[in-house]
Amino acid sequence: MATSPIAVERAGPGWGPRTLLRRLRSGDEIAHLATLCFAASVILITTWLVYVLWVNSALPRHKFGLHFFLTSVWDPIFDQFGALPFIYGTLVTSAVALLLAVPAGLGAAIFLAELAPQRISDALTFVIDLLAAVPSVIYGLLGIFTVVPLLRKYVQPFLHSTLGFLPFFQGPHYGVGFLAAGVLLAVMVMPFIISVSREVLLAVPVDQREAALALGATRWEATWKVVVPYARIGILGSVFLALARALGETMAVTMVIGNNPQIKASLFAPGYTIAAVIANEFTEATGDLYLQALIELGLVLFLLTFILNGLARLLILLTTQRGTAQE
Amino acid sequence: MNYRLMWRKAVNGMMLGLTGVCALLAVSVLFFILGYLVWHGGKALNWDFFTKLPKPVGEEGGGMANAIVGSAKLLLLASLIGVPIGFFGGVYLAEFGGRTFAFLVRYTTDLLNGVPSIVIGIFAYSIVVLPFKHFSTLAGGVALGIMMIPITLRSTENFLRLVPRSLHEAAMALGASKWKTIATVVIPAAYRGVLTAILLSLARVAGESAPLLFTAFSNRFWSPGWGQPTASLPVMIFTYAIAPYEDWHRQAWAAGLVLLGLVLLTNLTARVLMSRGMSAQRS
Repeated sequence: MATSPIAVERAGPGWGPRTLLRRLRSGDEIAHLATLCFAASVILITTWLVYVLWVNSALPRHKFGLHFFLTSVWDPIFDQFGALPFIYGTLVTSAVALLLAVPAGLGAAIFLAELAPQRISDALTFVIDLLAAVPSVIYGLLGIFTVVPLLRKYVQPFLHSTLGFLPFFQGPHYGVGFLAAGVLLAVMVMPFIISVSREVLLAVPVDQREAALALGATRWEATWKVVVPYARIGILGSVFLALARALGETMAVTMVIGNNPQIKASLFAPGYTIAAVIANEFTEATGDLYLQALIELGLVLFLLTFILNGLARLLILLTTQRGTAQE
Repeated sequence: MNYRLMWRKAVNGMMLGLTGVCALLAVSVLFFILGYLVWHGGKALNWDFFTKLPKPVGEEGGGMANAIVGSAKLLLLASLIGVPIGFFGGVYLAEFGGRTFAFLVRYTTDLLNGVPSIVIGIFAYSIVVLPFKHFSTLAGGVALGIMMIPITLRSTENFLRLVPRSLHEAAMALGASKWKTIATVVIPAAYRGVLTAILLSLARVAGESAPLLFTAFSNRFWSPGWGQPTASLPVMIFTYAIAPYEDWHRQAWAAGLVLLGLVLLTNLTARVLMSRGMSAQRS
């Protein structure tokens, strides 16, 4: 970004206050104001969104307070709403997704940024960008009919027999559950990790690599001990971005999570997530308290993704700017 | 010493190979999805799918004509909301934006981009469905429209910024006012980019089903006008996939193939447009 608008406005001729009248007559101020209104409407919509979520979740907030997040009974008939199983499910599925997607995504990003020739790297990145465009419901469709049966028949029995001493891999093999949702989420967030990490790695100055290689490091050592640490903050940013995606992902998860609000250590067990319960129960919510409890869950989801996205953007900005500044 | 070098070389080869495997794995997922959908969806896809209404439960056959039309109507409404706000907002950021306010707009846009689609659905439900007291195409369009804004806005801004400053200066030196410069020089120079931005955001919201579940809802019949609940392809895939009927699964595959085909084609078109635009600007 060599030219910032501010610099140009200063450099451009005739933009002082003296020419305000001429600008008004030539329509500049009108165009300015009109586009400003459209830009301001984005702020308006976002503020309105927060306001709507806040106001429409007043009932459960007053009735349950913090207990909403700490109790695990979700019983619409007796007006008992505790969100803990949903929060647990959201966190567990996202954690599984990151555990699978971060190593694989980082590996692919290293290959694309460091090893592959330009043409191959560009072609593969193109395919990965397309992968990011596949609709969530398609992942869900494939999840139901391929991932779930595969997990039930092969992966879960295998994990049970090899790592069954761990509490995570015990219990009956349903197929649907935390593991299935985590696997699907991993595939869905991987493109984001790859493309952001690749950008960050490409922004690392070449002399860092050359210095490491000149000291006798192998290609892998130069990458893993010099380039990756240099870009670590940006890579962390890509992970946060992926986490924000995984937390808010709805359709694919709803289709394979099993929709059962329970807290189980086993990854084989069916569970529930915040987004999934909103998707499933919103239209059938009878009574204000029920509906507003779901909206409060939406508010929680919003706040979580808000914080994570903010952090992610900050981190990515920090590394890419440092990289280009030193080039 | 020699063993140590051999060990390091072995690690080098193995880890580099592993990164290649990771990349291959990521890329093969797309081909797996495509292949699987073509295999299953292709068998189920026929002319009826595009022209007939869904049959009642238990009867074989039928199609999703209403869902295809419904999706088209939803996308039209979404563009009517998302494109003007995104486009003119992007023009503001690229051409007029000051320091603080432009930063605020940019930040809010990125924030809106990160809001989970289901939350956008709750918002559209609260501001459209509740006042009108029933689900409608309008509500679905509003939800999708809001989702279109951030992508259109930020990419419009980026593409306008790519237009060389010398073009601005040339037009201004000839005496054109600022808005005339923008309208007749800058925007025409960046129109491919802007078109790309709109296509990409359309492709993104076309596959969204979460915000439609309780705004546009669903419908097994035609949805006249804009005030009735309407079927859409993504929601139909969801309902059909989780239903226990074999025939519905078949149709879900067909719908999945059509949806994925449309989304990927739009994406491809947008990216080809963009790369052509870039090379035209460079030469």
